[in-house]
Parts: sequence; C-alpha cells; structure tokens
Amino acid sequence: MKARVTVTLKSGILDPQGKAIEGALRLLGIEGIASVRQGKVFDIEIADGDRAGVETALKKAAEKLLANTVIENYRVEVLP
Amino acid sequence: MKSAVVVFPGINRERDMARALKLISGREPSMVWHADTALPPATDLVVIPGGFSYGDYLRCGAIAARAPIMDAVRAHAAGGALVLGVCNGFQILCEAGLLPGVLMRNQALKFISRDLFLRVERSDSPFTRGYNAGQVIRVPVAHGEGNYVADAETLARLEDDGRVLFRYAAPDGSLDPAWNLNGASNAIAGIVNAGGNVLGMMPHPENHVEPEMGCTDGRGLFAGLVEALDRAA
Amino acid sequence: MLYRVTPMTRNEPPITPQLVAEHGLKPDEYERIIKLIGREPSFTELGIFSAMWNEHCSYKSSKVHLRTLPTQAPWVIQGPGENAGVVDIGDGLAVVFKMESHNHPSFIEPYQGAATGVGGILRDVFTMGARPIACLDALSFGDPAHPRTRHLVSGVVAGVGGYGNSFGVPTVGGQLRFHARYDGNCLVNAMAVGIAAADKIFYAKATGVGMPIVYLGSKTGRDGIHGASMASAEFDDDSEAKRPTVQVGDPFSEKLLLEACLEIMAKDCVIAIQDMGAAGLTCSAVEMGAKGDLGVDLNLDAVPCREVGMSAYEMMLSESQERMLMVLRPEKEAEAEAIFRKWGLDFAVVGFTTPSQRFVVRHGGQVMADLPIKELGDEAPVYRRPFVDSAKQPVIAPGAVPPPISNAEALRTLIGTPELCARRWVWEQYDHVILGNTVQRPGGDAAVVRVLDGPKALALTADVTPRYCEADPFEGGKQAVAEAWRNITAVGGRPLAVTDNLNFGNPERPEIMGQLVGCIRGIGEACRALEFPVVSGNVSLYNETNGRAILPTPTIGAVGLLDDFMRSATLAFKAGDEAILLIGETQGWLGQSLYLRDLCGREEGAPPPVDLDTERRNGDFARILIHENIATAVHDVSDGGLLVAIAEMAMASGIGAVLTAVSADIPSHAFWFGEDQARYVATVHSGAVDAIIARAGIAGVPVRRIGTTGGEALTVPGEQPLSVEELRARFEAWLPQYMAGTLVDP
Repeated sequence: MKARVTVTLKSGILDPQGKAIEGALRLLGIEGIASVRQGKVFDIEIADGDRAGVETALKKAAEKLLANTVIENYRVEVLP
Repeated sequence: MKSAVVVFPGINRERDMARALKLISGREPSMVWHADTALPPATDLVVIPGGFSYGDYLRCGAIAARAPIMDAVRAHAAGGALVLGVCNGFQILCEAGLLPGVLMRNQALKFISRDLFLRVERSDSPFTRGYNAGQVIRVPVAHGEGNYVADAETLARLEDDGRVLFRYAAPDGSLDPAWNLNGASNAIAGIVNAGGNVLGMMPHPENHVEPEMGCTDGRGLFAGLVEALDRAA
Repeated sequence: MLYRVTPMTRNEPPITPQLVAEHGLKPDEYERIIKLIGREPSFTELGIFSAMWNEHCSYKSSKVHLRTLPTQAPWVIQGPGENAGVVDIGDGLAVVFKMESHNHPSFIEPYQGAATGVGGILRDVFTMGARPIACLDALSFGDPAHPRTRHLVSGVVAGVGGYGNSFGVPTVGGQLRFHARYDGNCLVNAMAVGIAAADKIFYAKATGVGMPIVYLGSKTGRDGIHGASMASAEFDDDSEAKRPTVQVGDPFSEKLLLEACLEIMAKDCVIAIQDMGAAGLTCSAVEMGAKGDLGVDLNLDAVPCREVGMSAYEMMLSESQERMLMVLRPEKEAEAEAIFRKWGLDFAVVGFTTPSQRFVVRHGGQVMADLPIKELGDEAPVYRRPFVDSAKQPVIAPGAVPPPISNAEALRTLIGTPELCARRWVWEQYDHVILGNTVQRPGGDAAVVRVLDGPKALALTADVTPRYCEADPFEGGKQAVAEAWRNITAVGGRPLAVTDNLNFGNPERPEIMGQLVGCIRGIGEACRALEFPVVSGNVSLYNETNGRAILPTPTIGAVGLLDDFMRSATLAFKAGDEAILLIGETQGWLGQSLYLRDLCGREEGAPPPVDLDTERRNGDFARILIHENIATAVHDVSDGGLLVAIAEMAMASGIGAVLTAVSADIPSHAFWFGEDQARYVATVHSGAVDAIIARAGIAGVPVRRIGTTGGEALTVPGEQPLSVEELRARFEAWLPQYMAGTLVDP
C-alpha cells in the first residue's frame, strides 16, 4: 500500500517561502498567478495493515513528526 | 583586476567579498544589482558572494539563478572569462547550470560555522596559482547546505578532468571523513567548469585575508587571480 | 480638545466583564479606562488599551524600580526609552544596542519564537539608523532530563541561527544554562549591537503637523494577535491552546528592510521611525505621536494586508514581523517609495500627524477608536507592588564542606557537567564570522568585534548567575553586572554601558517582587560604582508555570571599547614556561558554588559577596597588563572557580601547567573551587613576575604566582597530572552527546 501525507501551512500563517516564490514567478513573466503557498509532500510505503489502521498510524505520524501542528495542517491519503 | 560583485536580495557576504577584493587587487569592485541586465564594461572577474539569496526559499540559489543578471553572467562565462561563486554563489552557479551537481543539506542536518582545512588539488588554475598543489589552507565555512552531490558519471568526469580544486581534509592534508563535515561526495569543497574559468566553492576565502584578523590563508586565491589577469593582459 | 467623536462600533462585540478579563485588564484598570475617556471603550479601543497597558509595554510593575537605575554618563547619547540605547565610541561613531526576551513564544514554538526574538531585537537596532554588527543570545532551559528540554534547545538554537545567519549578522556570544526551575519556562534573551554615525541617530519622536505616516515592510496578517498579552501571562496546562498567536519570522524580508531603511535614512527622508514590535501598529503609532506631543490619524483601509477581511481590532493588534512605521519628509516621499519598491517591500501612507493629541483609527468609513494619545502611555497604571526581601542564606565556611573526591577528580567531573561543558555545539550553528570583523570568536570571556576597518573594536558579553540571584537578589544583581564588567575587562575592553533583560516570575507575589526589587537595587549599585550605566533593557515577568517561578534571571548584556584590538587578550595559554598569576584575593567561598551544588549535591548558602571597589581596582590592573602587552593570556574567574578557569586556559591552547600554589589558611578544594569574585588569571613571561607583583602592591591589588605553563598535562599540587587532551575530550563531550540522545543519564 502507498500513502501520501501533504503538509501545508495553516491559512493565516505567514509563508515567507511562498511569498518569495510568488515574486520570482512574476519576475519570470508567468502570468495569472494570484498567490503561492508552499508545503511538503511525503510519499510513504506501507509495510502492512488495514486501511483504517494505516490512516490512524499516519495521522499519528503527522501529528507527532511530519507536521508542526502549531503552524501547519496535514492531509493523509491512502492510495489504492 | 576589474571585478564585479553580483548582489541578489538576501545576499549577505557581499561586503566581506568587496573588502577582500579591494584589499588584494587594490581596486574597488562594482556592485551589480540582480535586476540589471549587463555587467560593467571590461569586467575581468564576476563574483557571486555568499548569503541567503531570496531567503534560500524553494531551493538554495534557485530563484537567484533565474534573475535577469544571470544571462550576462552566463555570457561572460561562455566567453571564457572568470566567474567565482562562493557558498550561496556556488549554489546559484549549480542552479544556473554553469556548474554540475547540487549542494544538499549537510550530513548532520545542522548549520556549520567553523574553520575547516582545504587541500589545494592543483596550482595550475587561475584560481589556485597563488597556492602550491597539496598545500593545506584554513578557511571558514558557514552553511547549512554544502554537501556536494552529483551522479557517479559526473563525479568521475570531474575527477578525471582534474576539476576538483579544493577538498576538505585533515590539518595534515590527508583525506579523513571526520573532517568532511558536510558529507560532500569525494570531500569536494570547490570545482571548476569544463573550461576551468568558473569556480564554485563552499568555504569563505574572503574571510581569511587580513593578518590582524588571525589568518591569511584565503589571500592566495585572490592574489592568484590578480596575477593571472596581469599575465593575460 | 479640538474634536471628539464617539466611535461607531458596528459589527464589534459588546464589552462584557469577561471580555475585559480576557484582555488581561483587571476591573479597576477597566474603571480607570472609563474615567480617562469618559465612556465605555469600543472593542478596538479595548484591544488598544490591553496592548498599551499590559506588563510588557507599560512596565507597570517594574517602572518605579527601574527609575532608580543609573542611565547617564558623558558617553551616553541615548538611554532607556527608545528602541535601543546609544553610546558614543569616538571618531564620530556610536554603538547602538539592546537585549530583549522572547521567552513565552519560544516555549510554545521554539524555532519561530527564537527566530522572531532575534528579528525583533535586530529591528530595534537598525530602526535607530545603525547597521547591526553582532548578536548575542542568553538561553536558559530546564533540567536536561526533562522530556521537553532537548526539543526546546534544539529548536531555539536552530531558530536563533536560522534568523541571524540568513539576515547576515554574526552571533558571537551568549550563555546557555540548564536548571529544573526553567522546566516550564525557557528563557531566550537576544541582544543586538549595531554601529551608526553619532550624529545620524533616528528616533521615534514625530515632529510637524500633517506629516505622512508610512507603513513599510511586510504585509499584516493575523499573526501574534495578543502576543504582548501572552508575554505577560503565567503559563498553565492550557498554554498549548494559546499556540495560534505564534508569529513566523522572515529573515529574508528583514534583510531587505534593513537595506531599504538604511538607504532612505542616508537620503535624509526620515523624520521619525519606530519598529512594529509587540502590539504592532498600536504601540508604534502611539509612541511616535505621544513622544512628539502630536495626534495620529490612521486610515486602516490603506494598511497592506496579507489576509482578506481583517478587522480594525486585528490590524491594530497584529504582531506580523518585519514591519516599520515612519514619518517621512513630505518632499521625499516619492524618493523613499522608489527605494522601498526596489527592495520589493510594501510602502503605504496610512495616516498623518495631527495637532489634536488624539489617536484616531478609521476603517471602512468608521471611526473605530478615538483616544487621548498621551494618556494611553502616560496614564497606564503604575503599581508599587508589595514585596518581601528574600531571606538571607547562611554563610558556609570553607571548612564546613568536606571534599568528596580529590581536586583533580573534581575538576574532571565539573568540566563535563551541563553547566560548565563546552558550548561549541551551540555556536557552531551560528555564523560567527560573517562581516569579517570577528576578532574573538565565541568561547572566550567576551567576543571582540572590529568596528569598520579598525583599529577600534567592541567587547561584547551577556552574563548573569541566577543561582546567586535566587540566594541573595541584591548580591546577585551586583554580581551579574560585575561579571559582565569583568568579561569585558578580561579581553582588554573598557566597559561602557549595559542593557538589562530582567526575567522573573509573577510580580503579584511579594517574594517574586522582592527578587525583582533586590536585583534591580544590586544592578543599580554596581552600575553606579563601576560607571557602567544602563542604556536600554526589557522586563519579562510572569515566567512561571503552575505557581513555580524561574530562578531570578537579570541578564546583563554589556559593551566595552578597545581602542586597538591588537592590544587585547584571549584566554588560551600562549607558550610553555610562562608564569601563571592570580589577580585578586581567594577566601575559598563555596556557598552557591558549582562545587557545592554539582559535587556535594547542596544548592545552598550565601553567594560570594561582590566588593565593587576591589572589583574595579583588580580589573583596572588586569586591563593595564593587557594594554601594555605584558599579559600573554587573561581569563576571569567565575563559575567553578580558579582551577576550572585554569583548565579552560589549558584546553583552549593544548598547553598544560604545573600549579604550585597552596594556601595555608583554607582547605585546598576551597582554594581551587571557591567562587570568590573580582579575580583574574593571567600569564606573563617568567622574568616579569617580580616587577608586576611590586607594581600590584603599589596599586593595592593582591597578585601571586600560582604556577607555570608547559607540558601536556595539568598538575594540581600533590595530585596525579591530568592530560589536557583528555580534559578537553570530556569538556567537549556532554552537549553533543546529550543533543544526539546518546547519553544514558543526562
């Protein structure tokens, strides 16, 4: 089984990286971009377990390590 | 030697570099803004200094490598003229495709600020003619992402062509993983392009140029460049 | 009064006693507000009052005591009350510096809390027109065995480094300590130092009516709303829930802001400038107006916002970082704007100065606040809180402490303890050489940083011994100043002035208030005696969790001047066969010593007393030896005592020493490990010893030879030699092993 955990900044939290990237895209002449916010993607291979158990484990992983829940949100997807 | 120091937003060692260039070449470098599209006329040496261009956001050097001035730097390099990138400058040159490989996060995942020892691998380059081959110099490093990585083929090519100019070494010049703190492949601290006219290096020779500040091991690089340009002239 | 509008408060919640309490205002304080403005405040106004009247901004508990500190000297250009203190260093230059805490935010989110602490203090310095040249950081953490400690150390150190390294200022010194009393409240005290032209200092005071007020820097978001109130509240088990107020630092924007500010200052565009720190727009706008006896009219519709739908309340209380407020010369507005645009920063005219002395805030066509501007600051409550003096601890006689182990074994153990071991793991994560002016790197008594191209240099330090302050606040306060003065002296600097960062528990408890009052008295006495005025500072109270306060920690940041950095000293031995001299008197004071605490398990007794006349006499003598290039190495004696100081000199050089001194009057372990004050160890050429001792006799300074450098071992009289290399290995081991999690028993 494969899974993907996506970590993004909570809305309202300043994203200096996203801001700098947004400015750079504008400098490169790429049009139509209103704003950019960046995050992290973790592709995770699951050794074994049922879908619900895996989701619980990954949520725990995100809470404890992958995301800084002070400033970040996360999303867990178990891929088919 | 007429030098130009390129300044990107977030670069922060441009003053250190300008001071070293002036001290050793006797001539104030021009400071060139990232949004400019041309280098000052008759520039001999382009320097991309250290710092955190664009905050190192996205990837180190990624945004700076795409700035307007970089086309002029590329043209300068393509004509065989000299380009030096130090620290963030090295990262920018890699991102700009002027040097192969990439600088990854330090092995221990921590920023490292301390003096390290470099073994000068050859002295027949314009960048190292101020040193002897095999000489060991002490130079500070200050980076979080200085772990040089390239694929096996690229590394082999760099080695075969003698393009590694500086390697992290023990104080006696021997290669020792304990002294390769950022974990760079083949202990690489500095490489040149195929033409030998573009050098990228992580350590900061510009911070070791004044005797009263305790160490002058970085002088050789700048003095060698001045000499190389004088001879060429 | 020229006009008086009752604010319309459409869409704002009604004021209830609960809402007032949530804003950290006591009922009598709320009554005071009503009396002052003659009506109920609007919601936005309540927010403004809470920001202006909390402890962090108003110093309401400490003010009456802070006023007793000496702040003047002929070399002081600006004392407390501005963004930072300013001191003349000659040649038309001034040093600008301040220390400030970011304790609560760092405990909640260590990386961002520490990073924004560094960012805030850097802004304080460059707001005054100075280019930052160095940072220092004094950090206090809980017991190493506490489950949260390692996480906090790791995050805070990374945050301090992450911000300073990227901004481009060397972090050259500081302190790191561990004690169980910081388990629930770590301390992050950041100090920044900058250099400016002495006649080009910029202040917050606005002048002129109708002048444009300009907002500069990053956009405003909902970050840190009520951060200043958080910094003035005690922690409890619900503190985790307070997390959303944490701000995120952007050193990249700050670096741009620095360059842009210095550029417009050089072009004479600026009348007044104030950084938006705690309570952001509110504090900065009020201060600029109040200091200039002017009113301020703000139009929030013009404030650059990062998020949609921000209310007036949110904008006034946001603590988004990397922002500034300026009053510009109207004719220079276009020029200033062009500079800011070049650096990619926001620039917006958000208001103007008025003759009314009122603070008017408009948003969406409504007046959201209309308050008397001077009273917002001046009429903040001032408390003379009741206090009790700490009980005096008994003096512990040297003979009353039996030595548990040999002196050599004691040294081996002490230098490997959390309190005394090497801090290399910390400062190697800080870029300490950037700008190319760091003459003395971290690890010595004080950092030495060259000014411009020299030969002048500054000596910089941050110091305090909290266990002394706990045992005797008055002596502890004196000692903190004396220790900072000594650090500067030991590198050859002439001490100039200090910044104090007073970290204490809940001042509403008389015993905590007693600590605060005692420490301030001690600081005042020492600063007066040593002509070492306080030019800036910060107070951080309510550092306690579930009723348990931190150790009283009045961190003293200090700056000294070297006329020629080539005439300075480092602590490393320079060669063998040199005489080791002890300057100062040794009585073997073991009370509150690390020997007593870490080897005998007794954290007790009166701390060593500080005699300020002796301090000055001994220090002046040590400094002369440095300036005349007689001393080859100098180190002040502090934590751990004499033998630890000598071991540090040996470890820094790899050169050993044979010690010969014995004391007939006191037990040898008290001689080697007592923490008597006003002492230095110096090395000199052996032939110079007699002349120095004669000269010291005339100056009334006790100097004696205690040994000779040389070899690769350190030998204490009558004991087995200790290999310097092995000592160094122990000294360097603890912190990296602890942080890597490889210590079995931290």
